[in-house]
This record gives sequence, C-alpha cells and structure tokens, in this order.
Amino acid sequence: MKKKKLSGGNDALRRPIRKWWWLFLGPVVAAFIIGFVWPFFQGIYLSFCQFRLISDAQFTGVSNYVKAFTDASFRHAFWYTATFALVSLVIINILAFAVAYALTQGIKGSNIFRTVFFMPNLIGGIVLGYIWSMIFDGILSRYGTSILMQTKYGFWGLIILMCWQQIGYMMIIYIAGLQAVPEDMIEAARIDGATKSQTLFKVTIPNVMPSITICTFLSLTNGFKLFDQNLALTAGQPFQIQAGGTAIKTTEMLALNIYNTFYGQSAGSQGVAQAKAVIFFILVAGLGLAQLAYTRKREVQQ
Amino acid sequence: MKKALALILALVMCLSLSAVAFADDEGSVYWLNFKPESDEVLQQIAAMYTEETGVEVKVVTAASGTYSQTLNSEMDKSDPPTLFVIGNTAGVRDWKDYALDLTGTPIAEELNTDAYNLYDEDGRLVSIGYCYECYGIIVNPDLVEAAGHTMDEITNFESLKAVAEDIHARADELGFDAFTSNDMDSSSSWRYTGHMANLEYYYEEQDGGATWTECPPELTGAYMDNFKALYDLCVDNSLVARNELATGGHDAENEFKTGQAAFFVQGSWEYPAVAESVPNATMIPYYCGVEGEEKAGLNCGTENCWAINSKASEADQQATMDFMVWCVTDPEASRMLVDSFGVMPYKQAAESTNGFLAAAEAYAADGCYTMDWATNYQPNVDEYRATLVAAMNQYNADPSDANWDMVKTAFVDGWAAQYAAVNG
Repeated sequence: MKKKKLSGGNDALRRPIRKWWWLFLGPVVAAFIIGFVWPFFQGIYLSFCQFRLISDAQFTGVSNYVKAFTDASFRHAFWYTATFALVSLVIINILAFAVAYALTQGIKGSNIFRTVFFMPNLIGGIVLGYIWSMIFDGILSRYGTSILMQTKYGFWGLIILMCWQQIGYMMIIYIAGLQAVPEDMIEAARIDGATKSQTLFKVTIPNVMPSITICTFLSLTNGFKLFDQNLALTAGQPFQIQAGGTAIKTTEMLALNIYNTFYGQSAGSQGVAQAKAVIFFILVAGLGLAQLAYTRKREVQQ
Repeated sequence: MKKALALILALVMCLSLSAVAFADDEGSVYWLNFKPESDEVLQQIAAMYTEETGVEVKVVTAASGTYSQTLNSEMDKSDPPTLFVIGNTAGVRDWKDYALDLTGTPIAEELNTDAYNLYDEDGRLVSIGYCYECYGIIVNPDLVEAAGHTMDEITNFESLKAVAEDIHARADELGFDAFTSNDMDSSSSWRYTGHMANLEYYYEEQDGGATWTECPPELTGAYMDNFKALYDLCVDNSLVARNELATGGHDAENEFKTGQAAFFVQGSWEYPAVAESVPNATMIPYYCGVEGEEKAGLNCGTENCWAINSKASEADQQATMDFMVWCVTDPEASRMLVDSFGVMPYKQAAESTNGFLAAAEAYAADGCYTMDWATNYQPNVDEYRATLVAAMNQYNADPSDANWDMVKTAFVDGWAAQYAAVNG
C-alpha cells in the first residue's frame, strides 16, 4: 500500500511497461541466446563429439579431452602463451601507465600525443602482423636471418607488436583514471611534504587501482586470446622437427593451435579442437576472474 | 530520429524473415568455387545460364586458401552448395558421404578421359575432373638464346644446370638472371612443397610399379637427392638469395614478365598472365638427375573436380547436372571456361589456347612420360607442408647437411607421421 502511494501519479505510465516488459527485453535476450548462450552450450556438447558438420555429430565421450591433454603441441602452446601473456601484461601496463602519467602533467600538445599513441589500436591484427613482419625483416635481413628463424625473434617480435598496438589503448584508460584522482588529495600530500615519488606511490596509484584492474584484465585476456597477430607474424615458425617427422611449432599460441587443429585432417580433429577450445575458455575465464578478484582487493574507496 | 531507427530495425527484421519464407522449390544451382582467379568468369557464366534458361545459378568463391573452411560452414547451412569441389583423396575421405555417385550420369558421358576422376573405396565416382593443369619450369626461350644457348640443349638435369649456372654467373653482364625468386611464404611455398616435391613422389611411385590409388603409409625418400639437386639449382641461381626467401615479398611472376629471369617454377594457369609479355614462353619438365629423364614430360593433373551434393533436393541435383552438361557442351560457355581453366577433358568442349598445356601435349605426343600429381596424396596436407616449409626455411638460412637432414625428416618421416594422424 505504501509503495503505491509513493509512485502516485506515474501509475498510468508504468502499468503498460510492467505489462509489456518482455517485449522490450525480448530482442536483447533473443540476440544474447542466439549469439552467445546457444553456441556456447552447443560448443561444450560438441567437445564430447566427433563431427565434421555440427549438424551431424556423434557423441564419443571424453576421448577428445584425453587427446587434447596428451597433445604435446597443445602443452607447448600453453606454456608459450602463458609466458607471452605475463611478459606482455607487465610491459604494456608499465609503459602505458608511464605514458599516461607523462601526458597528464600538462605538457604542451598532450592531446596530439594521445591521439597518435591511440591510433595503432585502430589497425587490424592481420595487417599489423604483416606490416611488422616487413619491418622486422628489413632489419634482420641485414644480419642474414629473419623473424621466422628463431623462437626468440618471434617471441619478442610479437611482444613489440602488441606493445605498439595496446599501449595507446591502455593509456587512455589510465589517463581517465589519473584525471579522476582528487586534486585536493594531491595538494594535501604536497602540503604534508610528500615527495613526488611518494605522492605517486602512496596517493596516485592507490587511487587509480580501478583502472589498473581493468587494464591488467584486458591485457591478460588479450595476451591469452591473441590470434591474428600470431598468425600473420610467424604462424608458429620456426618449427622444431621431431625425430618422428612431426613438429612443434615453437611460436604457436593457444588460439592458433586450436584453429590449426580444427582445420587439420587428423582423425576427429574437429572434436579435439572443440575440447581444446573449452579448456581454453575455462583457463582464460579462471585466470581473468582470479586476477580481477586480486586487484579489486587493492582498490581504495575515494 | 529514434522512430526512424526503430522503423529501420523493424524493416531489417522483416526482410530477414521474408528471405527465409521465399525459398523456392524449383531447382537452382549453388556452386562453391575454390579458384579465386576464375571467379569473374564464373559469375559471367552463371548470368549467361540464368538468362538462357531462367534457372538461378549462384557462384560463391572461397577466399584464397580458405576453401575447406568455407565448404565446412556452407555445407552446414540450410541452403548448402549443390555443386562443390572434391579435389584430392583427402577431400574424398572427408566429403564422400555428401557426394552423389556420378557413374553413368550425363556429365560422365561427356568426358573423354577417366584420368582426372576421383573414386571412393567403394568405387563410387564421387567427383569428376572439369579441367586439368600442368606444372614444370616456365622458360623464356628468348633469354636462353640471348645468353648464347638454345632450348634444344636442355634435355636433362646436367644440361639445365649448365645453362642456369652459366646465366647466373654472367647475370650482371646479361642483365637478367637464371631463376626468378623462390619465396617460401604461404603465397608461394606450394610451388616447392606441393609441385616440386611431386618429382620425388612420382619417381617413388614408378619404382613401386604402379600409380598410387590411395595414400601410401610411408615414403622411402629414394629421390630426395634429386629433389635437393633441383631445389638447390633454383635457389642458388636466382635473383634473390636463399636467406631472404622465408618471409617472401618478391614478385616472381613480375620478374619473369619483365625479363629479369629466364626460368620460373610455376604452372599452366600462369599462361594468360605470362603470355602477354613473353609470347614465346614455354614449359620444360622438372629435370632432376633421374636416369632416363630425357623422356620426361610435364606434371599433369587436377584438383578441379566437381561433386554434386547428395543431400541437396532432387530438383537441385537435376538443375546442377543440367548446368554442368551445359558448361562443357555450350560452345560459348566452354570457350570462356577453357580460356580461364586450361583444358576441359570433355568431348564437346572448346579447344585450349594455353601454350603450356600445348607443351604438355607435345611432350606426351613425343612419347615422353607424363608425371601424374602424386602430390595430391599428401596426408594432412596443410600440416605436412607447413612443417616442410619450416624445415626448408632453416635449411635456406644455413644450407648445411644437418639442416637438409631436417628437411628429409619432415619430407619422409613427416609423411608417415601425418598418415598416422589422419588414419587414427
């Protein structure tokens, strides 16, 4: 009764909305189910199947998962990806924060710098991969080698590429975070006699923790999910040719490994690739959530 | 503004629904084509056929190198291709359940040879060659003569080597080199891992006494030295040094067209592009030092084989069959297709104008052996070739014996490994 009194005169407007809410919610829910929920669950189901066309799948149980876990190339791709994600996470965030910090100090032309730094993010991954492979080869060919010749070239090449692409994006988030740090807090710190570095570490960084949470989450998951750049830059080369004639693709990351498995012609490879994709999802989701929980704890209330 | 937006969204929704509602019951043709370079001609052919008969023909071309992915997703749709390509034994294994048995059908009656057809293990004719191609070494005879040699000199590996090395040694003085660049990136590496590798498979196949009818579980690698000899000859006597090939970026076709090099490892589909600038261009076999190779011909075969979708409606299958027969019998249509594809092995199809295929026929008429495309049996072909390319890149960076052993491992043991992977 009390509630009704509060809403008062708006009733005439609200009643139809209450009655028709499903019509407004419907399209979004339908799109979400068609575009995400349904494929997601079908994907999980397919990971237990052998199939060529998804409309024509045969249930085979956990054998796909057994094959996925015993696949040496998949394990190699996992460790390679994990190393890559970790290294790129650290470098990208430190550099992005440094650039953001520099560009919020009132330097002349800050806006131009921000725009220019952000721009690489607008180029697609495949194009970037090919552009950078030309740049790297332009340099490496002087020494009679190429990015495809050594694992370390491929690894650091990809790191440089990702830094170039992502720092600008993370920088924008950090700039927004830095601008939200209350001016009076910094002023208070200065009056209390804090040095510049003390202000940075004791006042500014704790206050931009929400940005750090977002940026580390993004760069960690981006690192794990990386595909186009990996494909265009090295496509897994160089390979280590094993005695039996198989090969380990030393710069192949998880997503590319799943793709290559899916479109390979090994017996039942689609099912195995699907199982790898489910493992991949659990891994990325788990790591992402753990990292979110960890950095969230360090956020402070303003 | 919002009203307009809502209206547009509603319209889009209605359109997508009506598209579903108006699917017709009359037979129509949907050809999933795998050769991007033929797309333009096929679209014209499709329009011509629709104009003549009123039957709808849709041609969709998969982007370069993505045919199997595209086929996979298209076949899963409610309106799948009625006509698609099963080009090799791997394709037969993957898609035979979706292919109509073409034995004794009108299109099979039109064929003038059985050489380019593919059968499954039950003897069903699952796909039927609609054109064939050949590959070898394209030569610019004018440049060979400008260097003081004649085409007649080149009859085996020794003589090819002598000519190529002489041209390469005097490249600065002559103004052109022996071979064009031999890039090993994905847009070009198949010229070696797919084509040139065929010489190894072919001679091994001949030693076995009969042509392969299915993928052998392993190779002996008996002719690896011959493969190495020819590959080294191409790479060491070319415009671009070995260690710059891995990431590619060179334009071999253009180098040949502009007279920068006399030899170009390629196939008959290059003829229309090359003949404009080098009208005398001809093609010679892969001479590699095998005994009796003076009688070698070109590598002829095809991956262009039509299959009809057995899961399509009967009306669609019939429409597709009619369309195929029309393609190989209608004078104008077959003329256009032959100009794009090379040779069509059908009784009533137009004659070929392709100089390289003419060379292939001349070799055959001379009593030379035609090398079949044993390379089509490569197991798990993408993985197999990717591994081989990686090994050859290491070898090109440092052409040591140890690195060549790696190539051998990828070539010979890799075959067995991929065979095992494919066959579980």
